[in-house]
Formats: sequence, structure tokens, C-alpha cells
Amino acid sequence: MSGRPIQVTGEILDVNRSGSYYVISVTAPGISEIAEPGQFVTVGMGGDETSMVLRRAFAIHRVQSRGVYGGTLDLVISPGGKGTTWLSKRRRHDTVSLVGPLGKPFTLPTQSVSCVLIGGGYGSAPLFLLAEKLRERGCRVDSIIGASTEEKLFGALDLKRVSTSLVLTTDDGSLGVKGRVTDVLEGVVTAGKTDIIYACGPMSMLANVAEFAVTHRIFSQCSVEESMACGIGVCMTCVLPIIGDDSVTRMVRSCVEGPIFRGDRVRWADIGTVPPDTYGAPVEEVST
Amino acid sequence: MNTPIVSARRAGDGSNGARVDMFTDLAKMHLPSPVLTASGCAAAGRELDNYFDITTIGAVVTKSIMLAPRSGRATPRMAETPSGMLNSIGLQGPGVDSFIEHDLAWLNHRGARTIVSIAGGTPEEFGKVAAKLRIAGGVEAIEVNISCPNVSDRGQVFACRAETAAQVIQTVRRNSDIKIPIFAKLSPDVTDIVEIAQSVIAAGATGVSVINTLLGMVMNTSTMRPALAGITGGLSGPAIRPIAVRCVWDIRSAMPDIPIIGMGGIRSGHDALEFILAGANAVSVGTSIFNDPSAPARIHAELAQELGDRGFLRVSDAVGYAHRPHTPTVDSEAQSSDAEWDFITE
Repeated sequence: MSGRPIQVTGEILDVNRSGSYYVISVTAPGISEIAEPGQFVTVGMGGDETSMVLRRAFAIHRVQSRGVYGGTLDLVISPGGKGTTWLSKRRRHDTVSLVGPLGKPFTLPTQSVSCVLIGGGYGSAPLFLLAEKLRERGCRVDSIIGASTEEKLFGALDLKRVSTSLVLTTDDGSLGVKGRVTDVLEGVVTAGKTDIIYACGPMSMLANVAEFAVTHRIFSQCSVEESMACGIGVCMTCVLPIIGDDSVTRMVRSCVEGPIFRGDRVRWADIGTVPPDTYGAPVEEVST
Repeated sequence: MNTPIVSARRAGDGSNGARVDMFTDLAKMHLPSPVLTASGCAAAGRELDNYFDITTIGAVVTKSIMLAPRSGRATPRMAETPSGMLNSIGLQGPGVDSFIEHDLAWLNHRGARTIVSIAGGTPEEFGKVAAKLRIAGGVEAIEVNISCPNVSDRGQVFACRAETAAQVIQTVRRNSDIKIPIFAKLSPDVTDIVEIAQSVIAAGATGVSVINTLLGMVMNTSTMRPALAGITGGLSGPAIRPIAVRCVWDIRSAMPDIPIIGMGGIRSGHDALEFILAGANAVSVGTSIFNDPSAPARIHAELAQELGDRGFLRVSDAVGYAHRPHTPTVDSEAQSSDAEWDFITE
């Protein structure tokens, strides 16, 4: 059971560049103490008079205790749109509005099993916290991180420290194995006799990882990235078709019922649609 | 309609909010605050209770409930726009039976006042939902969403024509307890919103909720297709606020005594005051909740402060205050001697 989310003002302590990304350290009193691996926070954009009415969601990368500052969070920003670019330009002592911790965390095994962690692009951000927790439980942690190019790999050195093994892949071969994370997955799983696969990254990567896990009868947990408006479960924007315990497909909110889903429960091929057998799907009108 | 009150003071001179009576009589409801949630932006209240005590605001206006469970539309369902957003959710919801069993039961257990928003594809469906709510009880009022733009057939936007709007309201009125206030939620996408308002009042609505979203469209310039799976969507947020204030003003001008819930891009107590001055008895906070989950409670406090700063003792005294006759008073003469007017009198 994770703690109830709260709304706080955080003070930015550091903004550091890491390849194509920025890592922002921000005080988050009350959030960092209860955050669990895989949860996220939302950050208000643009200040009080902003024309950007929607918050942006970021996976919690690290939580730290920084003495006088109390608890802090590290977030990984990939500047692309207006909001993320604004956030990447914040400086020490700037304040931002934070809401969190949000979403359901990764489910952790109760026994010391063998785990593979897969991160695509900045999708590796939440894996550090997860890897630490898994190692505390005596789990084997084999990590794979991949990206299109070296600049877009995130945190290889840090992840290497907490992993039993680490494999890097890039689409262009600029670092590590040339190819996709799924190209090296079989080798890693065979060597590590994997029981659980944890993955976070682009939807296409997650779909391939989940398919691999189902085929090889391995339990998988995937952290999805859907566009959100509220992040707290009230707007119904971030839905995707999920198969429930009762085998019925529903349009499920990734912010409160995710962002972590069992790989075999997500209808990956149907994302962006409402499959006809979904609970409450529009009934085809038969012309008479 | 309103008693003129004490002189307008300069804003921001201390904590005048604490002594303002925020109790609001809306239709037959006696609410502790004029601030409500807006339908579709608060689900059924439970999630927001993490961020503020939902029993302290006027009422929770729920997401529109239909007769049957509904999956809503495909994604993408949302696009951010300047000072606003476009949504095309498609009325996803559990259906009225599940709503009554789970959501309404929780709201009542929690002690929140609940205004249930209802929707339907036909007047009969609206009527069936209302009948089920009548049996369930525990409802302060019904808001009839005749203006959701996110339906497959634009002909279903009942609020676009006076006759269809009236037809739905009549059916809901017939199927509801006579003591339950009914608010018709109106669309601004019409030539004359006053005509629609008059027709729903004539059909038995107690009051009106203005406004619903405006129909809009955004292109995704990467795919070079519409950004939303539903192609068009409803525009909300501060971008639409002046339109909403104008609609409240027009309806209040035509009908001095009907209850009006005003909404459309309210982000602060200052914004809420604009609606109240224009004639709204209560206000709903919607899209701003996505930015600030505790916005309704914050806006309640800010509104009290704004009213206190202007010398109002009761929020009800400010309702429609902008409509008062424009005659010089002792106060405005006193103001004209202020230093800022010296350049004219010199």
C-alpha cells in the first residue's frame, strides 16, 4: 500500500545535463519519504500566469536525503515540448509545484529471484530505485538499456553499479551492441535464468518485451507512458485497453491504475483504439 | 434584485475574507460555498479528497452519468492549447447502476453534497437515468448535460436547438422528484444562448449551468492529421472565460431571478468574482483542477478575500452586482476626487 499523494512546492537544488537529458534535483517534503519505485510526480509548468494549463508527469528517478534540505527527488527531463524545455531551464532556488507520489509502484518479489530490468531512452530513469530495492532483497539484477544513439542512453554508469550485469544497445551502434534491447534479451534471460522482467520505455519497446515475456513464460511488469492531463485520476485522458482479472477488457487510467501494468494484461496492438469487445464499447449500429 | 452595499474599497487591504458569509442559496440548496466542481473534471470526488476536504465546497458536480457503462473514445483524447485544452473523452463511465452503488454511496458516506450530471443519447435515456437517481436518493440536484460536444452525432447536442433542449428537460423533470432542482447545462456554440435558456426554464428546469466546452480542433503537425482520435474536441480553460462571462451576463440580463451556475476557465477567486458580478449564483471549477487539484478550496478562500476587499459582507450581495443601474453615487463622486483623476480635473 503506497502513501496518499500530496501537493507541495519544491525548491530546485540542481539542474545537470546528462547526454540529451537534464536531471533535476528538487526538494519534495512529504513526497520523497513515501515514494516507491515506478511512481511518478507531476510538475506545474510555466509559473502562475502561464498559458500551459496542464502539468507534466515525470518518473521518480531517485530519492535522497540531503541533510538540511530534507528529502529530495531527482527527475529526468527530455526537453522536447514547451513544458519540458521550460523545466530544463529552471535554476537553483527556483520553485515548482509538485504533486505525488502518483500511480502504483512496481510490484517487488518477496523472494530473491532473478530479474531483468529494461530501459529504453530516459525510460531507464525509474529503474535505479527499483534495482536498489531488488538488490536489498537479494535479487539478481541484469540490466539492459537501449536508445537510438549514445547521447540518448541514460545513466549507464549508475545502473552498472547496482546491477549484476549491464548490456547497452544503440540503434546506430555508437555505444554497446548495435540493435534493440529485444535483440539481446534472449541471451541475458538465458544466462540469468530470469523469473521477472521489468521494463520502462517507448510503447513499441514495451510491446516487444511483453510479447517476449509471454512467449518465454516469464512474469513481466511494464511502465507505460500515456499522455496525461491531470495525473490524479479525474480526467480520463490516459486510458488504454487492459485485460482485467475477470478477462474483461476495460479502458483503464494509466495514472492511477498504472503506470505499471503486467505485460500480459496490456492489449499492446490495440492501444489508440477501443477494441470492440471492450466493456462499454460503442455498439455497431446495424442499418435496418 | 440585489441590495446595493457599502462602498467599494481598495483591494488587498488585509484579511477581509474571513468575515464574508459564503453561504449560498442555489435553487433550494443551502450550500456552505458558492464554489462547486465542474462536471467531467472531478470524476466522482473521491480522488480530489486526497487534496482538499470535499465536504467544505458547495457541492461535487459529478462526471456525466449515462444509463449503460461506456468505454469512451480512443486515444489521443487530449491536446493542450494556449491557456486551455481540447478534450474528446466521449463520456467514459460506469453507467448509472454502478455509479449509484459505488460512487454516490461513497459521496453520501463522506458527507459531500452531490449534484449528479446526467447524459443520454435520447430524451428517454435521460429520463431513465433520472428515474434511477430518484429511487436512489442522496442527490442535491441534477445537472442535465445536453451540451457535450463529444458524441458521434452532432444532432445529439440537444442544447443546440431550443425544442430538443426543452424536450430533454421535460423528460427529466417528469422522472425526477418535484423537490429536486434541475440545471440545464448549456452550450455556447449557439446563435442565441438566451433563447435556449428561456426554453429550458419554460420546460421545467430550475436553473442553468453555463457554459459547457466549445467545439474545437487541433492539428498534429508531425502526423499532419487531427491531434485527437475523435477529430474534434471540447475547448476548456481560461481561454474561454470571457465567452462564459458574456453568456452568464446575457442570461442574467434576460432572466433576473433564475439560479445560474457559472463556469468556464475559472483559475482564481478573482475569476470566480467576475462570474458572480455577471450574475452567477455559484461557480464551477473545472480544467484548473487538472493544474491544481486543490483549486476549488483555494478559489473559495480567494473569492472570500476578493469579496471582503470590496466591502461585501455576503457573497449573495455580489451576485449580478455588475448589472446595477449606472448612476453616480456618493461613492463614485468620492472616488473622482482621488489623486488618479487629478489630470482630468486640473
